[in-house]
Amino acid sequence: MIEIENTTDLKKEISGLVNKFGSDHDALMPILGELQNKYSGISDEAMQILADLLHMHPIEIQGVVTFFKFYNTNNKGKFIIRMCETMPCKMKQADIVAGKLKDELGIDFGETTSDKMFSLEWTSCIGMCDQGPAFLINDKPYTRVKPEEVSGILSECRGGK
Amino acid sequence: MIESNYVSELTFASIDSEASLKAAMKKGSESVIKEVTESKLKGCGGAGFPTGLKLSLMAKEIQQPKYIICNADEGEPGTFKDREILTSYPELVFNGMTVSALAIKASHGILYLRAEYTYMKQHLENVLIKLREANRLGKNILGKHGFDFDIIIRSGAGAYVCGEETALIESLEGKRGEPRNRPPFPIQYGFKGKPTQVNNVETLAWISTIMVKGANWFNSVGTEKSAGYKIFSISGDCKRPGVYEFPMGTSVAEVIKEAGGEGAKAAQVGGASGQTVPASDFSRKIAFEDAPPGGSIMIFGPERNMADVAENFLEFFVEESCGQCAPCREGNIKLLEGIRMLKKGEYSEEHLKELMSLCETMKVASKCGLGQTSSNAFLAITKHFSNEIMTRGGKR
Repeated sequence: MIEIENTTDLKKEISGLVNKFGSDHDALMPILGELQNKYSGISDEAMQILADLLHMHPIEIQGVVTFFKFYNTNNKGKFIIRMCETMPCKMKQADIVAGKLKDELGIDFGETTSDKMFSLEWTSCIGMCDQGPAFLINDKPYTRVKPEEVSGILSECRGGK
Repeated sequence: MIESNYVSELTFASIDSEASLKAAMKKGSESVIKEVTESKLKGCGGAGFPTGLKLSLMAKEIQQPKYIICNADEGEPGTFKDREILTSYPELVFNGMTVSALAIKASHGILYLRAEYTYMKQHLENVLIKLREANRLGKNILGKHGFDFDIIIRSGAGAYVCGEETALIESLEGKRGEPRNRPPFPIQYGFKGKPTQVNNVETLAWISTIMVKGANWFNSVGTEKSAGYKIFSISGDCKRPGVYEFPMGTSVAEVIKEAGGEGAKAAQVGGASGQTVPASDFSRKIAFEDAPPGGSIMIFGPERNMADVAENFLEFFVEESCGQCAPCREGNIKLLEGIRMLKKGEYSEEHLKELMSLCETMKVASKCGLGQTSSNAFLAITKHFSNEIMTRGGKR
């Protein structure tokens, strides 16, 4: 569960998004995308509010949220690192960069740091196969990553908070 | 961010998208469809459906509104050509949608961008703004009364299966990205139940190109069943991974040589769901009738263990199966377990036979392309590299 201090604010936020994207069901994905970006996750509460506004059953929305890998219901870190695990990146020593990420963050894949800054995940091919090993940090791709660059990339994120 | 990557000389670099639209408008609807049909262009996403036929079927639909969707959910492992086309030639892609709209009388366009490419969304939005300002999108395009068409961008959220057109449409409608039964095809019953044409990024760029260079220019190269040029994403064990343009019918050997991958022991043509071609078959041609192109070629050097390759691909399919139908959902898991047992040498001939038969079941009984093709690499690798996979003290 994501803790949101003020439900009224969340309601306001979501109805703003419904105004922007409309209340047809095809507005669901864009709205979920915005919520995911803003809150690093989509709470039960947000799904309920959205369901009311789009006249859908909350279960339908939960079905969509849990289907897609770039949406999540649990609270993830501010920066989600998605390391490509598909063959071309693996062939370029993705595992070494992955090990470095684990060491630097002190967490395993599938986990989030205790300060809620970073989540670390494996992901399927991100389309950077000609310049692996590659990972995404939120929307931003990092390519031809060398193990010695990992620490700098992470401090860049920390500095930019 | 993204560093510069190797890109061979592409025809797209020489095409002016505005000239393409003007040429199409001069031709008019029927001639545009005729030109695309004569070019023998086939869909570049992998399935290879004749593009001209798709346009003419769409033109016959009378329901309105009609939708044109650009499938930029490029998720096939090893494929990144659409990334390059969207980055460097987005106007050609959008223009291909506008030309199609003219031909089939559609009013709405949607570009479905995979979540992994969100970083380029603003760049694409800026191009759309520019096109609207130039009246190449919007109402009465370039002064032609009643020619109204505009494009919006929608983002995916990390699901390979949404590259399948009906799953893509489902997700656009705010549902789980699970493929529909076909028929009805999107042309009859697509987005919100309306006639919908779904094209790959590259296909649309070729439509723009053909308007300028003509059908005869395109079909003057290639093979009898696979005309024209094709863009490839080349990765793996080679000196120059990157984006390449080749005529259809180019041999696997030539492609590998161009990319500097000499000495390779195998190539994966068409992504993880495509064909594994061993070195002894490198004379095979990349064409729909031989090794279907899709758009990706992964090169494996002599040191690679092909069992690792098969395992990696199956991990991918287990992760990406939407779970809707049992042959795909359960089958991929069984194949992954199987390849892991093979790697450890814990298998019997009988078990291997069962796995082979499971592959056949998956091909026949899976609902969409994912489950129908996910066993290809397993079958090919166990066939061509059996010495590598099965010499580890298996209990025969």
